[in-house]
Amino acid sequence: MAGKLNFSLVSPEREVFAGLVDQVDAPGVEGDFGVLPEHAPFMTALREGPVTVFTGTARRVFTVKGGFADVNAEGLTILAEEASEVAAA
Amino acid sequence: MASLKEMRSRIGSVKATQKITKAMQMVAAAKLKRAQDQAVAARPYATKMAAVIANLSAGVSGDDAPKLLAGTGSDQRHLIVVASADKGLAGGFSSNIIRAARKRIDSLIASGKDVRVIAVGRKSRDQLTRLYGKAVVKTFELSEHKTIGLPSAQPIAELIAEEFEEGRADVVTLFYSQFKSVISQVPTAKQLIPTVVDGGAEPIDLKGAVYEYEPSEEEILETLLPRAITTQILAALYENQAGFFGAQMSAMDSATRNAGDLISALTLQYNRSRQAQITKELIEIISGAEAL
Repeated sequence: MAGKLNFSLVSPEREVFAGLVDQVDAPGVEGDFGVLPEHAPFMTALREGPVTVFTGTARRVFTVKGGFADVNAEGLTILAEEASEVAAA
Repeated sequence: MASLKEMRSRIGSVKATQKITKAMQMVAAAKLKRAQDQAVAARPYATKMAAVIANLSAGVSGDDAPKLLAGTGSDQRHLIVVASADKGLAGGFSSNIIRAARKRIDSLIASGKDVRVIAVGRKSRDQLTRLYGKAVVKTFELSEHKTIGLPSAQPIAELIAEEFEEGRADVVTLFYSQFKSVISQVPTAKQLIPTVVDGGAEPIDLKGAVYEYEPSEEEILETLLPRAITTQILAALYENQAGFFGAQMSAMDSATRNAGDLISALTLQYNRSRQAQITKELIEIISGAEAL
């Protein structure tokens, strides 16, 4: 089992999520993408849509509006203009 | 010498004033806590944004670089954004920011540059429109929004972007007060355009891998930079807010203490004259009795 992915989701007002996770799915402007641990460096603009965070069997969904995703050796950072958690369905 | 009755009412009024300043101090302290938390919560975004821009701008240079990053190549037209508080009763908080801004504006004008001003906050609006009149492009009031947040920063950033794109500004500088501690706020100038790449933010070691960009590097930078400006303004507004309450708290604290000193001085004086009057009356009675 590979290591965990260090993920943080920040909005201008506060840090919405920070922690170690298994996988994150995010809506890129040129298509949705998933990030696993040890992903290659990658940067993209985001469109409005859901960001899904997988930790073990748990799953949390956030909606983001505009922003950027930055994947590098340190993990994934999403800078979102607006971000809020969607109540678990 | 004031009569005893006059002195009593004087003491009463000082006491009432002290109650008000005390209450204001406590309110400011409570609000300071919230403003401080907010400023701290906004920090990760600003830090990460700076790191991303440092990363990106390392790769983009020369003619391809967006104007927001590289500048227009001239520094003739300056746009100065002065962010102060809306309210007073906070010592020299707003005046300090405005004084720092005026110093810069005056020296720019003296060296023959074109200067235009955006005033944020009622205090800077009042002072700057009086001083510079037509140079003030637009003013913003912070109380338009109930709390400081993205909606308060966005219109300011949009106006700056518009001024820059229409070629009415080459260099944009923001004046605000950096929140050092409750008792120390430092008026600070921050250059917004051209974007200053934070040399302190170390590019992340990619271990030989190459970044992939979607869409292209330039396009990302072009959308990212205006956002960085909004973020910087927002961060400045948060710092200002925290600084304002800090300044207000210490101003009200010293006002409360001054009122306390005044009350004890007045009370002492009051008691003395009361005592003197009693003594005088006693002497009159005694000498009256002796004369019999």
